[in-house]
Amino acid sequence: MSKIPLNTPVLDPRIKRVDLESTYGTTAIGENEHWISWEVFHQKKRGDQHVHVGIVHAPDAQLALLFAKEQFGRRLACVNLWVTKSSDIFSFSYDDEDIFDNATAPEKQYREASGFRVMEKINRYKKSKQKA
Amino acid sequence: MEAIKNLLFRMADDELIYGHRMSEWTGMGPIMEEDIAYSSMAQDKIGHALANYSILEKEFQTAIPDKLAFFRKENELMNSQLVELSNHEYDFSLVRHFLFDHADFIRYEMLSTSSFVPLAQLSKKIKGELKYHVLHADTWLTRLGNATEESHARMQSALNELWNYALGIFEPSDYEAQLIAEKIFDGEKVLQRKWMEKISPIIEKANLKIPSSSTPVYGGRKGYHTDQLQPLLTEMAEVISSEAEGTEW
Repeated sequence: MSKIPLNTPVLDPRIKRVDLESTYGTTAIGENEHWISWEVFHQKKRGDQHVHVGIVHAPDAQLALLFAKEQFGRRLACVNLWVTKSSDIFSFSYDDEDIFDNATAPEKQYREASGFRVMEKINRYKKSKQKA
Repeated sequence: MEAIKNLLFRMADDELIYGHRMSEWTGMGPIMEEDIAYSSMAQDKIGHALANYSILEKEFQTAIPDKLAFFRKENELMNSQLVELSNHEYDFSLVRHFLFDHADFIRYEMLSTSSFVPLAQLSKKIKGELKYHVLHADTWLTRLGNATEESHARMQSALNELWNYALGIFEPSDYEAQLIAEKIFDGEKVLQRKWMEKISPIIEKANLKIPSSSTPVYGGRKGYHTDQLQPLLTEMAEVISSEAEGTEW
């Protein structure tokens, strides 16, 4: 395979490429040209939890809400959206993932809500109501 | 009856033509979200036009909505000239969006207590959509009015250019007195006053100035249009005109 020399202005005869660097020099990114990212939380109905659905890029919170409405508020049932700067989110490091190892350990099943046998009680109650 | 029909045609034609103009930003918006915003608002507008044409068909036995939208001649359309102007650049589109949508929002708000029930019902149904359109417009107007020297100058010159056309929205019809007397609609004069009250503080907040002298551009409501409308109509009806009558999609 022949090596394509660097700075070849046109690689594919159908495509004209602009040599950005020689045309414009290196470009500095000005304020507000590079928008920050915002995490979007979507609420399906009043009283429900807001659930994280993705991110948008915007210069400020109000525009972030507008963009979030366009991306996440149009197709699903929605009563409310939250946005928060991605930089305001704090998280663990994936290197520390092992601290969660025990969460699903079989010998700790007693921690799972499924351990509580509530449905049986409810069904028994419903049945007794029906009879009465 | 002619009075209500006239009102419905004015509203529907505004929404149809404006919806088409908004849809022209599909694929061309300055950023993806704005592309989507204009596309979805365009769908809303054309939906509102359809709703009004449907009322015309149902209550006044006119032709079906498709016929009303695609097969009337230029001089039969009663839209204001404001909505037919080409999109130009984004500043121009945004300022028109701001001026038109505030009027549209207040018009429907006034109609929510109309004695003509179908319009009162429609008004309640689409209130949320219109509220968002206005929020979208206000957000951008205040941002760009206050951002850079260039953005401010662009917004101001768009406002100067569009102002007289915007006043043309309120061109009185021959039925004003009747609409008011029958409690169908409080009339264009009241609408214009409420509109001025609403938009003036927002324009001020955007650091922009309402042109000091003004001459409303009338004519659109009577079928007189600029040379920018016919090309739009031709394009809009291009597909439907190429089909045999009654083709179902």
